[in-house]
Amino acid sequence: MATMTYRQALRDTLRDEMLRDENVFVMGEEIGVFEGSYKITEGLLTEFGPRRVRDTPIAEEGFVGAAIGAAMLGLRPVVEIMTINFSLLALDQIVNHAAKIYGMFGGQCNVPMVIRTPGGGGQQLGATHSQNVELFYSFIPGLKVLAPSTPAEASAMLRAAIRDDDPVLFLENLALYNTRGEVPDDLEPAEIGRAAVTRPGTDVTIVAYSRMAHVAAEAAEKLATDGISAEIVDLRSLRPLDRETVVESVRRTGCAVVAEDDWLTYGIGAEIAATIQEGAFDWLDAPVRRVAMAEVPLPYSKPLELAALPSAESLVTAVRDTVRATGR
Amino acid sequence: MGDTRTRTPARRARTRKARPEPETLVAYYRQMLLIRRFEERAARAYTEAKIGGYCHLNLGEEATVTGLMAALEPRDYLFTNYREHGYALARGIDARRVMAELYGRSTGVSKGWGGSMHMFDLEARLLGGYGIVGGQLPLATGAALAVSYKGGDEVVMCQMGDGTTNIGAFHESLNMAALWDLPIVFVVVNNGLGMGTTVEASSAEPELYRRASAYRMESARVDGTDAVAVREAAREAVERARSESKPFLLETTSPRLRGHSVVDPARYRTAEDKEALKAADPLAHFALELEEAGVLDAETREKLDAEVKAEVDDAAAFADDSPYPDVSTLFDYTYATPVRGESRRLPADPVF
Repeated sequence: MATMTYRQALRDTLRDEMLRDENVFVMGEEIGVFEGSYKITEGLLTEFGPRRVRDTPIAEEGFVGAAIGAAMLGLRPVVEIMTINFSLLALDQIVNHAAKIYGMFGGQCNVPMVIRTPGGGGQQLGATHSQNVELFYSFIPGLKVLAPSTPAEASAMLRAAIRDDDPVLFLENLALYNTRGEVPDDLEPAEIGRAAVTRPGTDVTIVAYSRMAHVAAEAAEKLATDGISAEIVDLRSLRPLDRETVVESVRRTGCAVVAEDDWLTYGIGAEIAATIQEGAFDWLDAPVRRVAMAEVPLPYSKPLELAALPSAESLVTAVRDTVRATGR
Repeated sequence: MGDTRTRTPARRARTRKARPEPETLVAYYRQMLLIRRFEERAARAYTEAKIGGYCHLNLGEEATVTGLMAALEPRDYLFTNYREHGYALARGIDARRVMAELYGRSTGVSKGWGGSMHMFDLEARLLGGYGIVGGQLPLATGAALAVSYKGGDEVVMCQMGDGTTNIGAFHESLNMAALWDLPIVFVVVNNGLGMGTTVEASSAEPELYRRASAYRMESARVDGTDAVAVREAAREAVERARSESKPFLLETTSPRLRGHSVVDPARYRTAEDKEALKAADPLAHFALELEEAGVLDAETREKLDAEVKAEVDDAAAFADDSPYPDVSTLFDYTYATPVRGESRRLPADPVF
């Protein structure tokens, strides 16, 4: 057991997997000589050389597509897209190709690749660099979408993603890279498609993922001092979605609030709310609430940015309202 | 660093071409004839509603397809666009399986999951027809990267239409292929029209092969109605890619004898255009050329006609008799690694 940052957990796992399997290689913008925009690939070029740590031109559609093609011939590329905002330039390759090749050709060829990319606002990066568009990929059958919130999960889930035979969108978050946590030495790959109850509680279920799982934990601490016992479900996998774990929790608590970093309308929370009404209708004592980003292009100026992003305070307010609405 | 020179096209390539053996020429003629008759049969089946979706034909491109495929070794990989029935046939895939795919049957090359635009066969190393313009270019570049990574001696050929040269993926792919010295041959099949828009109306540099110079990649243009010229040009590019691991851009020019797809009546073409097309028919040309050279007599031609007709009839009958995929297989190909929570619900099924 070692304590390390989310960044270190990712880096160590990449290295382990490259040592384990010659077919695993990494590619992306600035990942070699520059050692990654967020230093996830630090030291890898020196250790493995340019064949296995490939710097690419600024051409997301091109290099993501090239990774898909390499995966079709049996390699296991791990592609870094500098931020999820830039993945939009590769949307055609991810949605129309990576996600389709296995089915479209009748199961003759699979695409064992991972796309690692961070989302996240709150860094004053302005409208085009602060989005959370994991929904686009979570919508697509054929893709798997993972969103770990702790260093241990990041390690176990990246391991699973690399060894999986399907294309995996691996969502990181700028605000999580420096967070610390314990990572067991002999960590097994995670099971893809499984959510976790990360904090048991009895009064209300908070459903969250990625950065919002931390916001939820902070909110739950505050709520506990008010005598409200919140249970947290960390989704961890956005596709497939572990509906059972969500619904089981809500059947115990009788109400739910979804905490999401994306926009509310049509967002991940909308799918969770729909799942809850279908799976726990008779158990619900209050409407499902969603705490999500304000529906604006995220502004640069700090007070505006802070006002737009969901926070522990905003989550506490929504949870209190929801518990009050149950009339208990 | 690569060489920026581009070679003078068509005529010189023609005069330099090696003279193949008579039986090879006859085999090429038969291949072209098979593609012609197969596509005509597909067009008919489409009007009979046996084939659905879009259906793009290789009519007019028979010499190009035959010449290109003659330049590849069985171990080489091929990526194409959505106009690929002829390529599947020329890679040696049974006409029955190609037709069955058009009919949406489980015996089709892609088990009925792909249709006209998405033929795939691992054994023939046809790594897909692709329906999105330009989508196959990054994939083919990545396949060449994998060959290079593994130290193999296979070559990747990536076919596309003329319209593809204007999409970003074309430029991103050529840049990476040249930058990384990948063993890939990009082939632009220029039939003069992207649907109804001419090359001149869509391309600021209508001599498409010249675009390679921006990437210091060698390139050439060849007469796509001449199977032997195409084979020679492609073979040079393929063998250079194999021995030196260098990419190449080959442009072939040929007429598109009908509309963009089966349902396009091509009203944008003038009467003169249509007359000129008849005169440009590569199959008729080749037959005449072989007859004049004493390689193909009337008797052999009739024999081949009958053989090919029987093959196509048999393919259509096979497709017609083949079963549709069972609805119970609907969820078989979403994920290669089965995963917890994967949805298997039909439209009216409840989630819980």
